[in-house]
Amino acid sequence: MSSRRSRSRHSGSSRITDDQINELVSKLQQLLPEMNNRRSDKRSAANVLQETCNYIRSLHREVDDLSERLSELLANTDTTQAALIRRLLTQ
Amino acid sequence: MKTEKNLPRNPSSIKTRFAVKFLQAMNKMNKRKNPSTSMAVKYKRYQFIRAAATSSMASAVGPRRAWSRAVLRKMRNHTAIHRFPMNNKTRTTRRFPITRRKRSSILRGNPRQEDDLGFGQEDDLRGLVPGGQGMDFCRLLSETAHYIKCLKTQVQVMTNVLHHYST
Repeated sequence: MSSRRSRSRHSGSSRITDDQINELVSKLQQLLPEMNNRRSDKRSAANVLQETCNYIRSLHREVDDLSERLSELLANTDTTQAALIRRLLTQ
Repeated sequence: MKTEKNLPRNPSSIKTRFAVKFLQAMNKMNKRKNPSTSMAVKYKRYQFIRAAATSSMASAVGPRRAWSRAVLRKMRNHTAIHRFPMNNKTRTTRRFPITRRKRSSILRGNPRQEDDLGFGQEDDLRGLVPGGQGMDFCRLLSETAHYIKCLKTQVQVMTNVLHHYST
């Protein structure tokens, strides 16, 4: 892929290097919930990927749950949208 | 903190764009007020809200990310299918049906078959991140990071909306 070649100018090769992968994996690790970062140096890439998958699934579940609760509320309330938008955007 | 002028801190942030689009979708839904509280109606409303959240976020991010492009593409296809119902042949299929062995040599750029990155996790990740099937491994990791940040923002905004509706 020509795009990969132009992105790895400094390494002079068109391959994905281990360093690039490790850097990306550690960036992912930093996004994971705090409590898992205690032993950050000992975490293998496979473990980070596993935790990442679990985290994404839990975020999806949260969105599902919030959507459900919002749908319950919408049936019952009638707030003015303009005020709501203004309030939210000033946080 | 609330200022005198009530101006948003960063009017063009993804969070703000998402919040506005999401609320606009909710507003539209609110206008079609349906007095019925049957299970079917509730479920449909839930599905709509969840879809609005997903599409609002992808729309706020725009085409600059592969994952958001994949979501927007799916939305367009979904709309097209529902507007012009045709047979199953019009459904988009997986673009790159790459086998596991082929993937390890192509995507990583080296002949290692097994390394510390178990294939199970990579497959799972590709299934979770929109558009994850067709990208190389580095791209997948980068897209995943951005996707997670956006999901967190989504949860944050939806939680705020929920709290405001609850008060």
